[in-house]
Amino acid sequence: MTVTKAARGNQRRVCAYGVLVAAVLLLGACGGDTEPQAAGASTPASPAPASAAARQPLAAKDMWVKTAASGMSAAYGTLLNTTGADVTVVKATSTVSPTVELHEVATVDGKMVMRPKDGGFTIPAGGSHELKPGGDHLMLMDVRTPVTAGTEVTITLTFADGATMEFAALGKDFAGGNESYEPGTHGMSPSASAG
Amino acid sequence: MGRVSRRHLLAGGALTAGGAVAGAAAASLGRERDAPVTAVTAPLAHGTRTVPFHGAHQAGIDTPAQAHAAFLAFDLSARVDRAALGRLMRLLTDDAARLTQGRPALADTEPELAALPARLTVTFGFGPGLFAAAGLDARRPRSVAPLPAFAIDRLQERWSGGDLLIQVCADDPLTVTHTQRMLLKDTLAFARPRWTQRGFRRGRGSQDDGVTQRNVMGQLDGTRNPRPGSPEFDGAVWVDSGPSWLRGGTTLVVRRIRAEMETWDAVDTAGKEFAVGRRLDTGAPLSGGREHDPPDYAATNELGLTVIPETSHIARAHVNDDRQRIFRRPYNYDEPPGPDGRPDMGLVFAAYQRDVGEQFLPIQRNLAEADLMNDWITPIGSAVFAVPPGCAEGGWIGETLLG
Repeated sequence: MTVTKAARGNQRRVCAYGVLVAAVLLLGACGGDTEPQAAGASTPASPAPASAAARQPLAAKDMWVKTAASGMSAAYGTLLNTTGADVTVVKATSTVSPTVELHEVATVDGKMVMRPKDGGFTIPAGGSHELKPGGDHLMLMDVRTPVTAGTEVTITLTFADGATMEFAALGKDFAGGNESYEPGTHGMSPSASAG
Repeated sequence: MGRVSRRHLLAGGALTAGGAVAGAAAASLGRERDAPVTAVTAPLAHGTRTVPFHGAHQAGIDTPAQAHAAFLAFDLSARVDRAALGRLMRLLTDDAARLTQGRPALADTEPELAALPARLTVTFGFGPGLFAAAGLDARRPRSVAPLPAFAIDRLQERWSGGDLLIQVCADDPLTVTHTQRMLLKDTLAFARPRWTQRGFRRGRGSQDDGVTQRNVMGQLDGTRNPRPGSPEFDGAVWVDSGPSWLRGGTTLVVRRIRAEMETWDAVDTAGKEFAVGRRLDTGAPLSGGREHDPPDYAATNELGLTVIPETSHIARAHVNDDRQRIFRRPYNYDEPPGPDGRPDMGLVFAAYQRDVGEQFLPIQRNLAEADLMNDWITPIGSAVFAVPPGCAEGGWIGETLLG
């Protein structure tokens, strides 16, 4: 059963990767400094996002996502607010995981646990917000398309005013980011951990 | 401190003038032994220096050789194909582009260690097996293949071959270690280490870049190297014909050459100079003059014998055509001696050239046939790689082949 599932997963990954390449190319080949302004005009598909990018209040920098075959994973990096007003991220989605949550890591009863952050992530005007292991992060709750090393994962953020932005995060093997899930904050098993 | 020359720093006085008490430097000069040793607190020049990563050629070839190096060779895992190689090289390029500029890699577990790049360069090479894995064997230069066997070889599997090479060089060994670790972690999903060779040269600042360095046998090594940036260098090193994907790239031969130090110890100075064809002290050819004067291979002594023996190392390695030359960028190795005290040291010999078959092989054949030095040096490892051109910002190393 496991074998069959894994084999199917691989097939899906190959197909999805092709799609991702097409979708993500315009966000910068390396997935490193994928600032919206940098959206390349090199592909015919890019004009629409490029013009939308002009109004992006945030830039995503150094974004990466921990590799995972399935289950949970997390994305990290830095969100830069290029505007004169605070920006709040209230929601995130990804092509590889139907559910993405905005998480914080907190100490509960002397233990480090992660849990959804009330009110989302607020990035102060002209400031930045770091997403890192052991701190705030984007939690991919249910990885359906395996995140492999070197693949680029598309993540979309939704702001409080309903606007959205998209960026690519580079798949990286990483040993850390294994905080336990705080019991009762989500419907999943408390023992599940992978982000 | 910006305008203080290295020479002044070496003299030891300028540091005090700059506000820092150079206790350690003073102690090393044998003075003020009783004075407490004070750590140097001034920002020092070497650690923060960077070498550009992006460009027409990969860095780490015409870069003045840094003090420390690690050569990492990998075997690709089964099922790693062209697409996977593209992902791997994007990852590694991203790591190298950041680390060489003093920035942590993505997911860097010790980001603090990235702060001192110390002229870090990361250079990638593709072994024969990589072309096969990518289904691109037709685009492999013919001589990017295992070298033919030479009678002098005592090759060991554990120092030979490899599908992917990463050369990491920096003036700080901890920088090399951190870079090696980050690159290794990102490679493990695609490949396994085959061999790792660490090497060193003189410490940064011990000598000027232009001075020919000595190897562990005491010889000046690299006198006749084409000078980086010169037309001779460009014509010998950068690929300017053949497969278009490799234009601006080069090829690399890595040979692990054991120095037979115990028998070398038994040879007197005249015997050593006879074998090399140069004076050991000045590096001047035995025909006279100074280190960089051309050797006169026809000069004879009163007995009518050539002053530079025909079987000496420099006579056998000599080529007339600049395009036939190779560029040597070797590092020393010195592993712990055996329980009997036998040394384990020698050279991680790294030679860059346009074409292994046209340049390296003829020289190596000449040396293998009759070099007097063969009594004291033994090749124990050998590997050949194609070195892709550099990439622009946003690009990745290997894209001209794998993209």
